[in-house]
Amino acid sequence: MTPMVKAEGVHKSFGPLEVLKGIDLEVKSGEVFCLIGPSGSGKSTFLRCINHLEKINAGRLSVDGELVGYRQKGDKLYELKDSEVARKRRDIGMVFQRFNLFPHMTAVENVMEAPVQVKGVSRGQARQRALELLDRVGLADKAGSYPMQLSGGQQQRVAIARALAMDPKLMLFDEPTSALDPELVGDVLDVMRDLAESGMTMIVVTHEMGFAREVGDSLVFMDGGVVVESGHPREVLTNPQHERTKSFLSKVL
Amino acid sequence: MTVDIDKTTGDTPPAGPEAIKAIPVRHYGRYISAVVAIALLVGVVYAFSQGKINWGAIPDYFFDDRILDGVGKTLLLTVLSMVIGIVGGVMLAVMRLSKNPVTSSIAWFYIWFFRGTPVLVQLIVWFNLGLVFEYINLGPFYKDEWSDFMTPFLTALLGLGLNEAAYMAEICRAGLLSVDEGQTEASHALGMSHAKTLRRIVIPQAMRVIVPPTGNEVINMLKTTSLVSVVQYPELLRAAQDIGQTSGAPAEMLFLAAAWYLLLTSVFSIGQYYLERYYARGSSRSLPATPFQKIKANVLSLSSRSKPTGGTA
Repeated sequence: MTPMVKAEGVHKSFGPLEVLKGIDLEVKSGEVFCLIGPSGSGKSTFLRCINHLEKINAGRLSVDGELVGYRQKGDKLYELKDSEVARKRRDIGMVFQRFNLFPHMTAVENVMEAPVQVKGVSRGQARQRALELLDRVGLADKAGSYPMQLSGGQQQRVAIARALAMDPKLMLFDEPTSALDPELVGDVLDVMRDLAESGMTMIVVTHEMGFAREVGDSLVFMDGGVVVESGHPREVLTNPQHERTKSFLSKVL
Repeated sequence: MTVDIDKTTGDTPPAGPEAIKAIPVRHYGRYISAVVAIALLVGVVYAFSQGKINWGAIPDYFFDDRILDGVGKTLLLTVLSMVIGIVGGVMLAVMRLSKNPVTSSIAWFYIWFFRGTPVLVQLIVWFNLGLVFEYINLGPFYKDEWSDFMTPFLTALLGLGLNEAAYMAEICRAGLLSVDEGQTEASHALGMSHAKTLRRIVIPQAMRVIVPPTGNEVINMLKTTSLVSVVQYPELLRAAQDIGQTSGAPAEMLFLAAAWYLLLTSVFSIGQYYLERYYARGSSRSLPATPFQKIKANVLSLSSRSKPTGGTA
């Protein structure tokens, strides 16, 4: 079985600053894969490379057996056209730290937008599906509200529904609860737990160690652009092997 | 026997905190400045009343055919110049923001040139290009003598429209840049193309920043059209001046023109208010009520208040 995401020696630099210094990892289909580490360790950058919001400089990164951003013919790599990149992104949902809902659209319009504009689904069908998804994240009564009228936790749940509306095979979560008031974090984590139980492949950059321990199937600790330690969340979190992991966990747990 | 009830205690409402009664500060400066301002205003009004102004000439000519024709031409020129300005401005803004260095530097050059020279000079240059070009030759499509091709109307339209495009380009660019980058990322992450992202996500949000200055530009344009009287186009100011010369009331006709400009800019300002309100969707928790809604709300609250009394009366 091909892994959902496979990274081999992935490097990424912003000018002279090398953020990723050779990342190797594999995310299996259907698993919840947690990325933890101090800020600046490159975990968000790696996540953004997976749907080609950032271009990698070296190495190989593939999703579901296909290279991200390139096509290989013989031993030559060809850059993908924008339209081909967009086509691949349809299958990868992404949830941002700052929600990034479209403020000029209501909640239900936010969820409908991509199916209508990208997949050509009829507005009626898209609306029905959007209402189902909003119901699933517990916001059926907020369908007509604009993002400004919703709390952070509600906005993030709409953002999750919006990503799910494209029926992705992989969901990327970039610190989905970091911008939330502590008492709102639980609602969002509940939705993510539900999603994990339904068998969705999820890569989660998070500082919620409790969530990683309970829901995660694999966990990677990153620091300074490299993978320091990886394994089952319970093992890594309770019995870290590296000094760096130990000192990080002692500060956050 | 009835039970005795002490009525006095039941009737008085619970005493709230006693309101402060203090002697307010006297702002003598305010009284003085108000008196000075009123005196100046009275002086100005008195001065004008002493001038030999034939006020009656203004209503006589207010709806004169030539004036109305001039108003129509002013409006036509305003609208068409703004259309050229907005379409050109959006194109230039997208060109300037594109990653292609050739298109972005051409757009930069255009804006530099048209913003850097006075519009009056541009109008006169367009009008006099016949001095250097004898013919206009668009290959197989069109060929004519320059003076026949460049009518006063076309001169006015090109002069105003191309100049406006340079200003609109900067307004549009500011608007596009004001939209958070996360919006573009979220849209791309959903698989939307660059064009769809621009059209569905970025431009609607940029409009909130673009509309207010564009409204100002429209009002400015309406007034700037008076400049084209120098290239012989018979818009409002020129029509008023022509009547002024024949009717022997030149100053009165200028007042008349000013009154028309004021009327038109006021109407445009009202339109701008509603347009801004439309694009404010989602940016504030609730939209401000329109003046009409405010009136309606007042009328409704009055009628509901008067209903119970209306039944007894």
